[in-house]
Amino acid sequence: MTETKTSNRPRETRSGIIGRPFDRIDGPLKVRGDATYAYETTLEGIAFGYILGAAVAKGRIAEIDTAEAERAPAVLLVMTHRNAPAQPDFGPAVTPTVPEVFTRARPALNSERVRYYDEPVALVVAETFEAARAAAGLIKVRYDEEPGLYDLPAHVADAYAPKRTNAGFETDSVIGDFESAFAAAPVKVDATYRTPFEHHNPMEPHATLAAWSGNELTIHTSAQTLANPGGRRQHASHPARACAHRESVHRRRLRLQADCPCRYNPGRACCAGPAASRQDRADATTDVRQCRSSRRDDPTGASQTAIFSSASGTDTDGRLSGIAHDVWSATSSFEEYCEQTAVFARSLYAAPNRVTRHRLVPLDINRGEWMRSPGEAPGMLAFECAMDELAERLGLDPIELRIRNEPAQDPERGVPFSTRNLVACMEEGARRFGWERRNPTPGSTREGRKLIGYGMAAAIRPNYIGAATARVAIDRDGRVTARLDMTDIGTGTYTILTQIAADSLGLPISSIKVELGDSRFPRTAGSGGSWGAASAGSALHNACNALKERILKAAQSSEASPLRSTNATEASFANSEVRVGQRSAGLADLIRRIAPDGFEAEGSVAAGAATPSYKAYSQHSYGAHFAEVAVDCDTGEIRMRRMLAVMGAGRILNAKTARSQIIGGMTWGIGAALMEQTVLDRRYGHFVNHDLAEYHVPTNGDVPEMEVVFLEEHDDKANPLGAKGLGELGVCGAGAAVANAIYNATGVRVREFPITLDKLLPALPVIAI
Amino acid sequence: MQSFTYERAASAEQAAAAVAARPDAKFISGGTNLLDLMKLEIERPAHLVDISRLPLDRIEETAAGGLRVGAQVRNSDLAADPRVRSRYPMLTQALLAGASGQIRNKASTSGNLLQRTRCPYFYDRNMPCNKRQQGSGCAALQGFNRMHAVLGASEACIAVHPSDMAVAMAGLDARIETISPGGETRTIPIGDLHRLPEATPHVETALGHGEMIAAVTLPPPPPGRQVYRKVRDRASYAFALVSVAAIVEKSGDRIRSARIAIGGVAAKPWRATEAERTLAGAAASDGAFTDAAEAALAGAVGHDGNDFKIPLAKRTMRHTLAAAAESA
Ligand SMILES: Cc1cc2nc3c(=O)[nH]c(=O)nc-3n(C[C@H](O)[C@H](O)[C@H](O)COP(=O)(O)OP(=O)(O)OC[C@H]3O[C@@H](n4cnc5c(N)ncnc54)[C@H](O)[C@@H]3O)c2cc1C
Ligand code: SF4
Repeated sequence: MTETKTSNRPRETRSGIIGRPFDRIDGPLKVRGDATYAYETTLEGIAFGYILGAAVAKGRIAEIDTAEAERAPAVLLVMTHRNAPAQPDFGPAVTPTVPEVFTRARPALNSERVRYYDEPVALVVAETFEAARAAAGLIKVRYDEEPGLYDLPAHVADAYAPKRTNAGFETDSVIGDFESAFAAAPVKVDATYRTPFEHHNPMEPHATLAAWSGNELTIHTSAQTLANPGGRRQHASHPARACAHRESVHRRRLRLQADCPCRYNPGRACCAGPAASRQDRADATTDVRQCRSSRRDDPTGASQTAIFSSASGTDTDGRLSGIAHDVWSATSSFEEYCEQTAVFARSLYAAPNRVTRHRLVPLDINRGEWMRSPGEAPGMLAFECAMDELAERLGLDPIELRIRNEPAQDPERGVPFSTRNLVACMEEGARRFGWERRNPTPGSTREGRKLIGYGMAAAIRPNYIGAATARVAIDRDGRVTARLDMTDIGTGTYTILTQIAADSLGLPISSIKVELGDSRFPRTAGSGGSWGAASAGSALHNACNALKERILKAAQSSEASPLRSTNATEASFANSEVRVGQRSAGLADLIRRIAPDGFEAEGSVAAGAATPSYKAYSQHSYGAHFAEVAVDCDTGEIRMRRMLAVMGAGRILNAKTARSQIIGGMTWGIGAALMEQTVLDRRYGHFVNHDLAEYHVPTNGDVPEMEVVFLEEHDDKANPLGAKGLGELGVCGAGAAVANAIYNATGVRVREFPITLDKLLPALPVIAI
Repeated sequence: MQSFTYERAASAEQAAAAVAARPDAKFISGGTNLLDLMKLEIERPAHLVDISRLPLDRIEETAAGGLRVGAQVRNSDLAADPRVRSRYPMLTQALLAGASGQIRNKASTSGNLLQRTRCPYFYDRNMPCNKRQQGSGCAALQGFNRMHAVLGASEACIAVHPSDMAVAMAGLDARIETISPGGETRTIPIGDLHRLPEATPHVETALGHGEMIAAVTLPPPPPGRQVYRKVRDRASYAFALVSVAAIVEKSGDRIRSARIAIGGVAAKPWRATEAERTLAGAAASDGAFTDAAEAALAGAVGHDGNDFKIPLAKRTMRHTLAAAAESA
């Protein structure tokens, strides 16, 4: 991989710390294997839980015999629906409000009903993980199986419109009269695409460790966020009910500790909590890789399979008169989940007549789960490939088509963009990639027995901001500690927060300590929706400002202060010094004199959607992806040759962690285009390929040379830092660029992802040897 | 995983006797396949006899001019052996195309030959599978069978043998040396080691219970250029969709002899004898390679999800033969 060429020199602060490619602060820990994951936390007298999943996808447990498991060596407890503590009801399958998504009760082991394959039917707790797993194998379950629905295309006729999509977006958007515009358009494309189920496959096996200590229950778990609205309370209520023989839990403090990259999982905790309370000891519940498949309780979770219909019509110059993006996506029959796979299309290109619609088809499967750029990741695969089809039909370069349809303002909201550099990204990318060398005639460039193709796609990702608070303290030695319940899920949060505090307080990186992932710290929105850096970062930025104000005030009034009775309203904090007007003092020395106990301050940001700036501006990050592929003309094997992404994502806080985010996203783009899929067996309703040997993600060998370029940007509408979300931007459109390159290489348009060689092969010509 | 007892064998004879003594005992070598299956309780041995430390880890020259590979030679060591690299290059290619560096460091020669299928229904104890549970049916037949067999399969089972190494060895006419509980030894041609499923897919090899593989003998390298070509869904760390091991010996523009084995298509490495016959004496031409590929797959039957393997195997064979013939 080449070095990142970062052309971004965003309004450098005096310290120059922000934007610099600092190494990860937690890097050495991770590389040495010293970073503890949830299941690695060791506690005295730990017990282990193992969840037994249902062997059928729909039906009821007719009989469950746990006698042998209970007698098995080292077994402490076997819990099933017959002896699990009472829990709140799940409730009906209605569209939840955004907070309800996180707060609704999700009881486990509370009924004999089986709603999806692998749903937990028993929990075994034992002295060792192995004993628990072995005993689980001794439980005999007889099911009354019922026929279920497992086939999305077969049930599209049963689709319904949800009340809203995830994240609270409108289900439909309709502007003008698409049907008439499409009918009248001289050039049009109407293409149907399909995306598969995809599952998270984090390296860390998911685990929850629940431990009572006096009246406090501490839960160590893998989570992206500790503070979903009301989440703590809700999560706490499961163990609370579960351990009714103890005093009520809401008078205790529940501590959630995040050690790893995924959303906190109530189901697993729900199993772990009661088990711990029954046993008066710590209980860790771990899932093994094979259980990944369908459990909601196993938070690896899945992005749902979907059918996309992408239709667009243009005039003969390639100006869009109408654009429609319709989605039918699978959802669970008992809990609605509507990924916002059409929402990005509302802001991407100009067209007077437009429609986007989300429809759901209930199947007897587990609920979907947020996964790597929910919405854009699957949606843009279809949409940006359909744009490529349109460009070809028009005889236009795909970049030119996009430029001709660049909107002056948000095409559906009618508000200006905060910043939008899509055209600049495409043009810069074309220049760097050598786009002019692309042969516009597909299937006609060969090197030996390889067919070579170039492809591109646009990237767009909304800029969200979540409510967050940070607390920052400085001690008498000038050491700063920042605390917030934010998580670092491998993205570099520790590092950028350290940079933000160091920059603001004019201190070296080594003076700053950032502590995350503990629910006793001030609440943030966690990591998700690419909003972590902007949300937690802005809160910390504001907290540092508040701290500086306190320091200045005290410095001007304290008897012991060398800056006493300076009356400027502003001080500059740089090089470990505080300067007010002509006078200055070392920061540590100053604190020692004026506040031997140090200072503390808090700062916050409000949720973006609530702010006037969010209402007045359309806020997104943008980019352009470029890909070159080689397709073996004999076997159809597709291998990447190189990729380039040019991104306009506001101010870059750390050029290295930002690049890592983008190349990670591009790698997932390769996966989505070429290999990732979980296959749902339409007869049994189970996911067939359930380990990492059968579920393919890109290996090093699949990842080519990658270049990432950030355009200089500072989005002052977004937040005080000028930064925008970029974590997931790398995925958006990346897979479509790969797919478009495959088309350019072969002349074969595969509309069902992933593009495996079997789908290409029938149309690949036999070339003479 | 069920509890089991464990012993470390002191000698090959003793190992064979120890396994033979108990119907629920098994050999364990590198464990990279067996332990995974035990965790899922697909294999449930009550006793393990560890043969990984037996002194069967040498590669020796044979009097005939070939190599004798001990059963405990690790896949990475076999691939890296200079004699293997120069005289049996397609064996090195096949080994290096399999699994990952870490697994190859652990995996033994015998364990590789005897690894079990990766059929996902075999791996899920809730699913019908005749191989795992006799008479329960075959979930793959009408299910997700993209990876499954197109040659030599039966209504009872359409699983494939996943090894790459075994395909190259089949092309090289390797012979398997075994030792039985009584200490007697025998030699099995590699083509007879694995069984086709027929009505008994749970019987996978010609080995008796307690019969241990001691070594694999490679005859002197046959004349001609060797090529192993593996087609897979990603660039590395994926089982073969189809693989072809080919040795083509030429005399002028004509093919004197050819040896071809195909992987990923059957419950055993598939020796394409028909195709070999077609090629012997033919002009080295696109037409001859195409005819050979047609002959090799003449009896192939797809099951929907794996239909593509038939044209894929033909195309792969055609260009692999061409590559082997290029400078042979
Ligand atoms: C993720 C993954 C990917 C893989 N990819 C590939 C691939 O692409 N290509 C490929 O070819 N392989 C692949 N493998 C399989 C790998 O090659 C095998 O797991 C390995 O070769 C088995 O060797 P072992 O020594 O560990 O066998 P073990 O697991 O120890 O044993 C396997 C079986 O052989 C029996 N056995 C072992 N030695 C003897 C003996 N001397 N006599 C009688 N019985 C014996 C054991 O009882 C057991 O039943 C992959 C494996 C994994 C886990
Ligand atoms: S193909 Fe063989 S291994 Fe797979 S399910 Fe059928 S019987 Fe079992």
